[in-house]
Amino acid sequence: MRDTLYIPLRPWPTLGVVAALALLPLAAATLGQPFYVVFATRVLIYALIATSLNLLIGYGGMVSFGHAAFVGAGAYAVAMLMPAGVASAWLLWPAALLAGAGFAFLVGAVSLRTRGVYFIMITLAFAQMAYYLVLSLRVLGSDDGLTLSNRPSLGLVDLNRDTTFYYAALAILLAALAGMRVLLNAPLGRALQGIRDNETRMEAIGFATYRLKLLVFVIAGAAAGLGGGLLVSLNGLVGPNLLNWTQSGLLMIMVILGGAGRLLGGALGAVLLLVVEEAIAEHTIHWPLVIGVVLLAVVLFAPQGLSGLMRRRA
Amino acid sequence: MPPSLIAEQLLNGLQLGLMLFLLAAGLTLVFGIMDTINLAHGSLYMIGAYIAASVIEASGSFLLGIAAAIAGTALVGVALEMALLRRLYRRSHLSQVLATFAVILIANEIVRMIWGSQPILLNMPPALSGPVELLGLRYPAYRLVVIGVGLATAVLLYLLVARTRAGMWVRAGASDREMAEVMGVDTRRLFTLVFAIGAALAAVAGALLGPLLAVQVGMGENVLILAFVVITIGGIGSIRGALLASLLVGLVDTAGRAFLPYLFRQMFPAVIAAEAGPAVASMLIYVLMAAVLYFRPTGLFPARG
Amino acid sequence: MTMLRVGGLQKHFGGVLAVDDVDLELAEGELHAVIGPNGAGKTTLIHLLSGALKADAGVIVLDGRDVTRLAMHRRVRLGLARSYQITSVFPNITVLENLALAVQGASGRDDRDRARTELGAVGLGARADDLAGALAHGERRRLELGLALATGARLLLLDEPMAGMGPEEAARIVDLLSALKRKRTILLVEHDMDAVFRLADRITTLVDGRVIASGAPEEIRRHPEVRRAYLGEEAPQ
Ligand SMILES: Nc1ncnc2c1ncn2[C@@H]1O[C@H](COP(=O)(O)OP(=O)(O)O)[C@@H](O)[C@H]1O
Ligand SMILES: [Mg+2]
Repeated sequence: MRDTLYIPLRPWPTLGVVAALALLPLAAATLGQPFYVVFATRVLIYALIATSLNLLIGYGGMVSFGHAAFVGAGAYAVAMLMPAGVASAWLLWPAALLAGAGFAFLVGAVSLRTRGVYFIMITLAFAQMAYYLVLSLRVLGSDDGLTLSNRPSLGLVDLNRDTTFYYAALAILLAALAGMRVLLNAPLGRALQGIRDNETRMEAIGFATYRLKLLVFVIAGAAAGLGGGLLVSLNGLVGPNLLNWTQSGLLMIMVILGGAGRLLGGALGAVLLLVVEEAIAEHTIHWPLVIGVVLLAVVLFAPQGLSGLMRRRA
Repeated sequence: MPPSLIAEQLLNGLQLGLMLFLLAAGLTLVFGIMDTINLAHGSLYMIGAYIAASVIEASGSFLLGIAAAIAGTALVGVALEMALLRRLYRRSHLSQVLATFAVILIANEIVRMIWGSQPILLNMPPALSGPVELLGLRYPAYRLVVIGVGLATAVLLYLLVARTRAGMWVRAGASDREMAEVMGVDTRRLFTLVFAIGAALAAVAGALLGPLLAVQVGMGENVLILAFVVITIGGIGSIRGALLASLLVGLVDTAGRAFLPYLFRQMFPAVIAAEAGPAVASMLIYVLMAAVLYFRPTGLFPARG
Repeated sequence: MTMLRVGGLQKHFGGVLAVDDVDLELAEGELHAVIGPNGAGKTTLIHLLSGALKADAGVIVLDGRDVTRLAMHRRVRLGLARSYQITSVFPNITVLENLALAVQGASGRDDRDRARTELGAVGLGARADDLAGALAHGERRRLELGLALATGARLLLLDEPMAGMGPEEAARIVDLLSALKRKRTILLVEHDMDAVFRLADRITTLVDGRVIASGAPEEIRRHPEVRRAYLGEEAPQ
């Protein structure tokens, strides 16, 4: 029986990639470039965030232009709880997740009543609202943001060591990807993709499309919130720019670069964008120009993104 | 609160509303007729402001600056439409968002290369730099002129859309593209024309606001989002909706910022008021938009069924 | 037993009254045809009954329960499903997956065995693993019908299931509907008069949004107003 939506697990390539990622800190240490571990951790976190957006855009057809707000919700949750005395990552990261989920619930409940362009616009507007809120609240540090003196603690392992943090982020990303695969292969995932392709017909065969979309929107918001919590834990600082609409735009770029509607699309796009950015930012202050040109070329000539290109070759 | 302060804030709100309308008009027309989201509209506004600043600096003439901004930006708009937008009309909204976002990135860097990263502070025409007496209220003359030009442009645009042949095509195109084609409208040329008009209007706003805000890279982005809020509230594609929503957003935003902190001080302890007043004020128009869309998911005057 | 009772149903689009004060009653197991010229309001009626559009006025009672304000998916769960005049299937997944989705929509479970049974019922067993987008027109119309059937609905609203079909394909649909008759209650909108008069227990004629006649096929055939408005020289296409 043919199963067009099923996402198979390819054990050997998966193992290979995971092994390579696991060895990366070792390689960085050997090369005498420990800075790369922190950079790679940032990439992993953005991979998580972009993956959550891919769930919305690529699988749910929900073109959310405000995803950075959920990242911000998680980041500020951690940045506010830590000075209040909460030090354990076991509490802080779930709190970030809940903050993202909670805010996504509010935004989604209103936004998902609209469709098409209106949905794009209203998610953008909600994110701007959050941005200006953060910017004007002195308890959130206004435009300076908040800084943390320490990283959260994670029981036995010490997150203040960059390598440890890297592995924690890697574990979370892998768990998120595995979870997303399970979700997409489950009936909920089939329903989600049905809604993406023909929402009206899905309603006409009995699906509560609004509720399903809201559920997925909240799941994606939770993952983005967790990503935000991880980012602030890593960097020790957060500012309103994390919520700026250009951040939402960059996350969308990651999704389209990597391949919307492919399990690894978000992760691939995050790697691609951040690595390219890192590589050219050294050479020119005009690196956004390069990103812009690449993005334009992808939209016009390779709308399936990197995964699409690789698939065509294969 | 003195009435003169209220009157002044109302005028400020009107001015913001009219400027938003100049931006929103182009956006909503492009959306209504071409079914296309153009994030790069804010870049046209920025380019208009830069051209105006350069020409005014070089020639010393404010009027010449505005004329050059209009002509130059319209040309840029035509080039953008023919080179890129045209390829996007039949693509998904996601593709349009991403491609025009790319244009923003590119335009910002090109402007940075030409004019540098430092904001340009543009002086008002000396004749208009003082205040004038208006029914017992002292109000900056330049701002009054901005309001006047904004009103005149809005009326002109309304006449263009409501009364002329091109306007009839625009209205036909906004409600039904195929119908317009059957009627023999050359939609390719119509699209380019509409895009150029939208660019010119954005340039007017950019040039007029130059002396009030700093001319700098990225100046178009926040105002672009305000314009999006406007067209979404008004009903995407509707000029009438855009005008109404512009004034609404302009007034609500200005009044909120001016009066809410004052109001909060009357109602809450000082500590809370100082924090909550500005915060709520800055969120007000987004709350307004959410409320409108909650009850009318396609805005106040939906142009399409 | 009354399966569906509709009273005073009304809908307008701008100035057009698409459905104008329509009353309708379907007994359980009945096959009730709705006919009328293009633009009569038949599709709008189905939109209203299924919940795709909200009525301006009137009540819709399904199985004794007022469903007028219920969302479309809630009505499906209560046993009311519809098909579309313009085919609306999921082209990028297989035929079987299409039907499995409909089974899942109504029951909450992804039950492939039941989907396979429904597949057989609409005669697409041989195409189970083909993409729905690859089907020929007639097959796609049957899949369209199958999606409604697979929800397990007791009341089916079928919007021109034979639209655009040749005589052979149309005959298959007639056979299919005959087999369904009595097992399910059916409201059938159709232009093919041979099919309508062969299948229907009762017929309602809609013109300009209004019911101009309702009754047994023989009454409708003889009804002067119906002949004038619809059946006469202007034979349906
Ligand atoms: N979404 C709509 N907006 C405006 N008018 C509509 C819409 N849908 C249907 N109509 C009008 O309502 C009337 C009935 O249409 P419809 O129900 O499709 O008729 P039928 O299915 O009997 O051919 C027609 O005049 C049609 O033009
Ligand atoms: Mg019809």
